[in-house]
Amino acid sequence: MATLTEAPPPLSPTAPAHKPPRRRGRWTPYWLLLPGLLWLCVFFALPMIYQASTSVQTGSLEEGYKVTWHLATYWDALSEYWPQFLRSVLYAAAATILCLVLGYPLAYLIAFRAGRWRNLIMILVIAPFFTSFLIRTLAWKTILADGGPVVGALNTLHVLDVTSWLGWTAGDRVLATPLAVVCGLTYNFLPFMILPLYTSLERIDGRLHEAAGDLYARPVTTFRKVTFPLSMPGVVSGTLLTFIPAAGDYVNAELLGSTDTRMIGNVIQTQFLRVLDYPTAAALSFILMAAILFMVTLYIRRSGTEDLV
Amino acid sequence: MKTTNSGSGDVRLTGISKTYGSFTAVQPLDLTVPQGSFFALLGASGCGKTTTLRMIAGLEEPSSGTVHLGDQDVTALPPYKRPVNTVFQSYALFPHLDIFENVAFGLRRRGIKSVKKQVEEMLELVQLGEQARKKPHQLSGGQQQRVAVARALINKPGVLLLDEPLGALDLKLRRQMQLELKRIQTEVGITFVHVTHDQEEAMTMADTVAVMNAGRVEQLGSPTDLYENPKTTFVANFLGTSNLIEAEVDTKNGDDIVLKAGGGKLVLPESRCSAPTTTGGKVLVGIRPEKISLTHADDAGEIPEGRNRITGRIANSSFIGVSTQYVIDSTVCPEFEVYAQNVDRDARLAPGAEVVLHWSPAHTFGLDAAQDIDAGIQEEAAL
Repeated sequence: MATLTEAPPPLSPTAPAHKPPRRRGRWTPYWLLLPGLLWLCVFFALPMIYQASTSVQTGSLEEGYKVTWHLATYWDALSEYWPQFLRSVLYAAAATILCLVLGYPLAYLIAFRAGRWRNLIMILVIAPFFTSFLIRTLAWKTILADGGPVVGALNTLHVLDVTSWLGWTAGDRVLATPLAVVCGLTYNFLPFMILPLYTSLERIDGRLHEAAGDLYARPVTTFRKVTFPLSMPGVVSGTLLTFIPAAGDYVNAELLGSTDTRMIGNVIQTQFLRVLDYPTAAALSFILMAAILFMVTLYIRRSGTEDLV
Repeated sequence: MKTTNSGSGDVRLTGISKTYGSFTAVQPLDLTVPQGSFFALLGASGCGKTTTLRMIAGLEEPSSGTVHLGDQDVTALPPYKRPVNTVFQSYALFPHLDIFENVAFGLRRRGIKSVKKQVEEMLELVQLGEQARKKPHQLSGGQQQRVAVARALINKPGVLLLDEPLGALDLKLRRQMQLELKRIQTEVGITFVHVTHDQEEAMTMADTVAVMNAGRVEQLGSPTDLYENPKTTFVANFLGTSNLIEAEVDTKNGDDIVLKAGGGKLVLPESRCSAPTTTGGKVLVGIRPEKISLTHADDAGEIPEGRNRITGRIANSSFIGVSTQYVIDSTVCPEFEVYAQNVDRDARLAPGAEVVLHWSPAHTFGLDAAQDIDAGIQEEAAL
């Protein structure tokens, strides 16, 4: 609306006075996108292209590598290392399930029951991050050490007999077994499960619980029919944030495992840094990426949380 | 449910109270809501009306007292075992379920398998048959409100509790939904307990209104009764507008009390006075603005005998179509409000004119002068 104090109106109806700001504004979003795009280009697209080209090269370290479109590398890598792929998926899945089982009650507690302790518990969840990943994993080496209190207790309770029978541990050792690796993975990725779970639980309107109770749902039914379905976005993002890095992890298998618990991350690491077979390492990385992408897509489709996220 | 079939389905609250630490939300309270009635709990926010409702629903545990539904003592029962359903403020519809499943929720929890027919009938009742497969967020506020009503009513509760169900709607939709809810209540015949801060809403919808203030029921009665015979200044000011005049009891004349106010005398039927009337005692004399007639001072002689009179000067007048609202400056009451129907307008009644206000003693009511004369005014203005 024109106000009385404004300057005299423009002479022509298509006064140019209003146009320049609009035209200038049109490009603003793209300028703002530029730093991000540049970042993605340098740190995502270029390495990917470089790695893709490495994966189809042949040659040796002495003579140098050339792009020969040798796609057989992929097949060879897959047929040689499929057990490690399978193991990675299994360990990551086991750790993810453990994280969910441990993390859900805690996230629920923080979101609905913690009251004034909420912030303190949140800090306790995040606190381990102040120490390096490596140190934390090494600490587990001490915790699970042979003849240590944990192993001793498990032995006395005959838990190790059961886990050894299942093939998770070996004799009276926990270290250097699948159980140790899965424990390490679970421990290291637990906060990545708790935080998204907490966020989506905390967003649930408390009146929905009251409404469910009012409509004859017992507390357990309320959880099953209202709380859990509404926390699905958190469950999905939590499991993804746990599963994806766990599947590619090599630190836990390296420090807590043995040669029998090598995951695909360990293979890639060895190929890159010890064998120096870059094409195989690059191909393995791509296969891992594709496999995870495939599983994640399938998972998100199945969980059907599109309209809840 | 059991209670609806067992003859008396009254809601009986006996000595019920709720305290949070040192704060008392609801003072010990006795209340009976007759079966099949449309009962409103009216009051400003924080007066304890919602807490009272939540104690009936079982969502809040009373600090003392008991809740009976019919003959059954439900005080210790959790909400999911009470034959009561609630329409929540801002509805609390389940966002992950479609409208059909929202409405079917209560039936399914009670193990009823074939819900289709009932849900469809209920959606017809609230005129949402077409929307059955939509999610709550795809509906308008008014439609969501009707889903909330359907979701509660389908369980055929002994009592339906409504917690400010229309608060989130705009004025026009609110009027429409008031009539709609009234229609549904008449149709299904279930007891409705309706919590609201909107006095007009309470008066249009309810058979009985309980006006609550500071955790107590100030007065309980039919809307007409509350409006015509307020017993406290809070009720007088909260329900509509009242002019309150400080007066002193002079003499008693048969069934009437004669009072001194300013220089003049006012007459008040003793039956309409809720205050003690010892000679010399103070009484607040109340009169509703629309009961007062205005006559220009020059025509004062034409006013019939036996009417209460006060003189004053018009300070302000606003024309609002069907009526004109005057604010009159008078020695006995600083801002006297008068609403006059626009039938025969006297052109002399403009700001500055000297006037005589007069009304029938039968419309006068008397209140205890020990109360705050302004109670209930700010609360209403704040909304």
